Amino acid sequence: MDKKRYKDLVSVYTPKENKLYNIMKSFLIGGFLGIIGQFLIDLYITYFDVPNKEAGTYMIITLIFIGSLFTAIGFFDKAVSFAKAGLIVPITGFAHAMTSSALEYKREGFVTGIGSNIFKLSGSVILYGVVSAYVFGIIRFIFLGG
Amino acid sequence: MTIKFNNVFVKAASTVSGPYEKNGPLNHFFDKSYNDLYFNQKTWEQAEMKILAASVDILLNKVNMEKKDVDLFISGDLLNQIVSSNFVASYIGIPFLGLYGACSVSCEGLIVGSCLVNNKQINNCICSVSSHTAAAEKQFRNPIEYGAPRPKTSTFTATGAGSVYLSSELSDIKIESGTIGKVVDLGIKDAFNMGAAMAPAAADTIYRHLTDFKREPGYYDLILTGDLGIYGKKFLIDYLKTEYGFDISKNYDDCGTMLYNIGEQPVFAGASGPASSALVTYGYIFNKMKKRELHRVLLVATGALMSQTTVNQKLSIPGVAHAVSFEVVG
Repeated sequence: MDKKRYKDLVSVYTPKENKLYNIMKSFLIGGFLGIIGQFLIDLYITYFDVPNKEAGTYMIITLIFIGSLFTAIGFFDKAVSFAKAGLIVPITGFAHAMTSSALEYKREGFVTGIGSNIFKLSGSVILYGVVSAYVFGIIRFIFLGG
Repeated sequence: MTIKFNNVFVKAASTVSGPYEKNGPLNHFFDKSYNDLYFNQKTWEQAEMKILAASVDILLNKVNMEKKDVDLFISGDLLNQIVSSNFVASYIGIPFLGLYGACSVSCEGLIVGSCLVNNKQINNCICSVSSHTAAAEKQFRNPIEYGAPRPKTSTFTATGAGSVYLSSELSDIKIESGTIGKVVDLGIKDAFNMGAAMAPAAADTIYRHLTDFKREPGYYDLILTGDLGIYGKKFLIDYLKTEYGFDISKNYDDCGTMLYNIGEQPVFAGASGPASSALVTYGYIFNKMKKRELHRVLLVATGALMSQTTVNQKLSIPGVAHAVSFEVVG
């Protein structure tokens, strides 16, 4: 059997992923996380007297802390598997990727283990985050003048 | 490449499993099971070594032999440089041959051991395999605590170790023959669909085994593949029918689909790893053969021969399958 015919045979029996269901699930959970984020910002501004500009940073730190803590406790992986992009795309996904890598490699030493592996999954987020910030910054500068 | 064996027997076998297998339907057939994945060790790799060593110890107890009485230890696993096997070999101190055949290594070891016993070059040997879900996940995919979404076709590496004691001493189960498989690559690149990558190799090995002996699929009470999973089973049945005209749908099953309660446990399409075929065959199938519920069984252990590097380089995944035929004596 040639590769083309085998590919057809495989596609007949390979189950389809329910994309619409997954998209809706991620959208709702990701959106709900956004609401929590906004609630945190308002909370910090109203009750903790944090300036408006800095409240966003406080919110991000809180979510990173929660994502890392829940990963360490051991149930966040199940939540991420279920919510998919709903928890991966927000900052919780970044925290989850870093903490899970750190946990996995902690037995291999501080430098050769945690140090060289902590950004194994999240390194690309940092790299392409910085690259896209430059690209969009330049576009913004050209069209809006800064 | 099919080899007939005349005087190779399975004197005893041992199995040690992890928690997911313990919660599966075959838990009564394992000699020992653990409730967590660490087995009181510090790392996943050490945990795998511990269960592999435990399976050898249990086996030696069953056959009432000392380590020094064993001529050869043949073992394989999934980790880089087959470290689990190497470290256990250093612990038990029996002359050692390490094999790598990914998940097909259970049958590969049995064929190598059977050849040496059959030709009287050795009196006896122990053939072992092991795999550990977290150690394999760490090496081939993501950290264990990372909850990456996975497609339905992905498989779950079984945690466990199995060992078989082969000798020319007459016992219930005979190793009748073995077929060494060709490496087959039909262009599947999806590492989350390894059933598809391995099914053509399994089909080729089954076809050559049956035609070498001029047998029909019905000759066997059961044809078992190692770890194709629920979708891989469908690929194989269809492929064998359309390509070679063999219908195995009546007496065929896959170890990967038998080890867990699929649908209830978080294992997607079923078990994979060398422990998948070993736990099911050495535990459950040998038990049924001893009770004379099965007389002839063809085990076709399947392996996907990729590494993380070749997957990242978008190379397709070569598959291999080796077959061993077990027969009840008397």
